[in-house]
Order: sequence, then C-alpha cells, then structure tokens
Amino acid sequence: MKILVAVKRVVDHNVKVRPKPGGAGIDLNNIKMAINPFCEIAIEEAVRLKEKGVASEIVAVSIGDKNSQEQIRTALALGADRGMLVETDAELQPLAIAKLLKAVVDREQPQLIILGKQSIDGDNNQTGQMLAALTGYAQGTFASHVLIEDDRVRVTREVDGGLQTLDLKLPAIVTTDLRLNEPRYASLPNIMKAKKKPLDTVTTADLNVDVTSRVKTLKVEPPTERKAGMVLKTVAELVEKLKNEVKVI
Amino acid sequence: MSILVVAEHDNISIKATTLNTVAAARKIGGEITVLVAGHNAAAAADAAARISGVDKVLLADDTAYAHQLAENLGLLVAGLGRDYQYVLTPATANGKNFLPRAAALLDVAQISEIIDVVSPDTFKRPIYAGNVIATVQSGDPIKVISVRATGFDPVPATGGNAAIEPVAASADGALSVFIEEEMTKDDRPELTAARIVVSGGRGLQNGENFKLLYALADKLGAAVGASRAAVDAGFAANDMQVGQTGKIVAPELYIAVGISGAIQHLAGMKDSKIIVAINKDAEAPIFQVADYGLVADLFEAVPELERALP
Repeated sequence: MKILVAVKRVVDHNVKVRPKPGGAGIDLNNIKMAINPFCEIAIEEAVRLKEKGVASEIVAVSIGDKNSQEQIRTALALGADRGMLVETDAELQPLAIAKLLKAVVDREQPQLIILGKQSIDGDNNQTGQMLAALTGYAQGTFASHVLIEDDRVRVTREVDGGLQTLDLKLPAIVTTDLRLNEPRYASLPNIMKAKKKPLDTVTTADLNVDVTSRVKTLKVEPPTERKAGMVLKTVAELVEKLKNEVKVI
Repeated sequence: MSILVVAEHDNISIKATTLNTVAAARKIGGEITVLVAGHNAAAAADAAARISGVDKVLLADDTAYAHQLAENLGLLVAGLGRDYQYVLTPATANGKNFLPRAAALLDVAQISEIIDVVSPDTFKRPIYAGNVIATVQSGDPIKVISVRATGFDPVPATGGNAAIEPVAASADGALSVFIEEEMTKDDRPELTAARIVVSGGRGLQNGENFKLLYALADKLGAAVGASRAAVDAGFAANDMQVGQTGKIVAPELYIAVGISGAIQHLAGMKDSKIIVAINKDAEAPIFQVADYGLVADLFEAVPELERALP
C-alpha cells in the first residue's frame, strides 16, 4: 500500500510571532521554521504502518517555496521514501492546496493520505476535509488511532465529549490529532541517508490547478491584551474578591 | 441576504453553540434558515424553530445523518447551500469535520472560526494560536463560515416561531460506517457551555490529583478542563483540553490551577470574563492574564478554596 503524507513548513511552535507595524503581514524575518507538529505526527503514523508491513511506500509532499525542501528532507529522514515539492511562492489557501494535492493524488494513486488536522500558522483545519471532498474519498479527521484492515481503515476520532470510531473505505483521508502517536527524532545516519533520497519538484502550472485566492487578508493585528490583575496573598482574600467584588460565585 | 445556519444538536435539543452562531448570522443580517440534519430529530427541529430571530427551519431526517458523518452531511449542506449567500456552523469538532467538505464541493473558500463580523463580507479570525487577529475579506458568492462561539453572545433560545419544512436526504455514499462512540460520562456541565471552568495543568503532577479539581468544580457547579501539557502527560482526557488545538472557552470565571500559561493554552481561555491563576511559580506567564493571582502551593490552596465555599 502506498501512503501519501502532506507536510507544511511553518513558524516553529515555540516562536511568538508578531504582526508587522501597519498590519500588512507577519514579521517572518530570521524566524525559526519547522515542520508543522501535526504533519510530524502524520509522517510518524505512516512510518509505523510501513514498519508493520502494512505500507510499502511513503511519499512526502509539500507545497510552498523552495525552502520547503527542508521539511521534505525532515520527512525523508523520519522514514518517507521519496519527496515531492509543489513549488510556489504564493501564499496559498486551503482550497487551492487541496486542489493541488488532488492533482498529486491523481498522479500517485495512494491508498491512504495522511495530513495534520491543522497547521499552526493559518489554523484553518480545512485541507484534509477539502481533499476528501475533491477526491470523493472518505475522511477520518482528528484521528487518535488508525488500524488498516484489508481494504478498510478503522479510525478512532477525537470528538467533543469523547471518541468516535468509524470504518472507512480505502482509499481514504486521515487527519491527525495530538494523541495519535509521539513522533520520533531523526537519527544522524537517517538524516544523511535522507539527502540521497529522491525529491521531485513540480509547479502549480504542471499540475494545471487554478490557485487564485478567494479570501483577501486586509490586515493583521495583535489581539487586545488583558491587563494583569492583582496578586493576592490568601485564599480568603480570593474568595472575598470573587464573592463581593466581581460577584461570580 | 439569505443565511443557512447548520445546527449543532443531539436530535433532541439544540446545542448552545448554535445560539452563538445565529447571533453571528444576525450580525451579518438577512433571512436566517436553520438546518437540522439528524435522525429522529423532530424535537431538535422544534427547538430550532423557537430560537429568537430564526425565520425558517429545514429538517433533514434520515439514518444517513444519525452520526453526523461528514461525507453525507457535506453533500447535504453543499446541495442546500447553493441557494444561500452564507452557510454558517459552530466551529465544534463536528462543524470542523463536515463544513470544509461542503465548501470544497461548492468550490468556495471556508473562513474558519470567525470571532467578529466587520461587514457582510469582512470578518475577524484568530491565527497563529490566537497571537494574531486577521481581518479577512471574502470574494466568494457563497460565504462558508465556521463561528467561534465565544466571539458572539448567544441569542435567546426562545421567542421565535419559525415554520419547519422537511427536506429530502441526499444519497448515502456509504464511504464511511459508524462503529461506536465512547462518550465521557460526566454530570458536570459541558466545557464550552459552563459558567465556571476549573482547569489543571502539569502542576497537578498526575491524573489522580485531578480529583482535587473535581471536588472544587462540584462546589462551584463548574466544568473541568486541562492544559495541553496535562493532556500530553496523560493526566486528563484530550476532550478536556482547553487551548488553540483543543476547546475554546470563555466562561464568567476561569480558574487555572498549576498551569504555566503557554501561548496555546491562553488562546483557548483568554476571553474568559474573570481569570484566577493558582501557581507556585510567581513568574508563570498565566499571571500576566489573570485578574486574580495566588502564588501558592495548589495542594494547599485548592482544598482550602473548596472548604471556603458553601
């Protein structure tokens, strides 16, 4: 079984980003970039399926500028077999990304496509579901457990109030939640080996996809700050404030 | 303007987040239709018809919608959505699951988790875990939007008297089959709807110690949440997670216990009206957003607080 995993290059999750003065965008100068954490979980799941003998090949695809090669190399070091970069300098929205991934799916014909549930920059949580709609495949979003059984996949999902288990027909789309697995670290020998693994580059034009954006960002700004309150000395003081000053209890 | 609001419901009643979503629809302005898609969901449709400001209710009652499977719901919403200028739903686990599928079928963008309506085509939404608020403008003929409930005060659940119209089910594609559901048994209020939330972090040290929070929560009639660090460490279930990748809450009172206040946690609770932080580390970032801070050992302070309450 072939698995396609999508990975995204994002600002490292430990970095606190700031809007540029004037609100024209995010200041990304000299900021540490990394693989989106949910995409890392997606790679890990694919690698585990390969280690179990369920998957035969893992293809890692990323869509972005040429720097995204770094994140594809990370995926290769973690265990993906080959990479594909859909190179574009445009900042693409989920619908355009899903259309490009659909074109990649048409070429590669994977049985399972694993994506992160959301990227930690745009926080859209859309791409997997949109790709599922465009391919006409079943979707198992926010997965915390994945089990392949013949031509079906059983996905346990994190839903409000608990867990839901679905049985999906393959090919299918799975998007990862936090508890699906704990990603490994790439070993040095594997990082070296990853440099020799194949990485193809295609353009959005090669894939014949219209990536025009439908939504325009007018401005970005910091959220309204809460002002820090007061530090109290005792529990009694806290109870008094909650009861008599703000009257919430 | 015509707006379709896809209701969040349990076939019997309407979930509170639907009321916040209707509020967002009213801020956009126009005729509001609520879709209830479920199985044996007449009671939920009746409840939807009573929501203040709702003009019409559509009821799609079919086994295909019994478990809100995204494949079936996406198809239904995309089919009906063609006749509207807006399709809105709460940004819950369910809404996040089916709405992008419907948007892609309609070949339009989705605008996720709006917190404000600036004008009929312009909305505010948090990005980068809530560190940045983006103002975005949609050029699509149908605007597909998920609504972050905490951004809008709910409309009254009663006062309306809308007509209920049945709609035919779209075909069940049978792409996915529901196997089972394992819901947390809890008599406490739901996290996203609770008036008071008590949350625990890594400072609790283990899952067993969460019972301190449950005791306090029971005195307050509160829901119990957890930070991502506590969930990652296995102290609490994932559906208790408050934060950018978990649940977004804005209760009247939020009590953060043993939570340092990572960016991603703050994103999930900083719209709470009053925030109390109990942490022994005076430098913890949580104190920067707290209205009342108590620098104390939680293992002493929490039981003391619990005893001090009636």
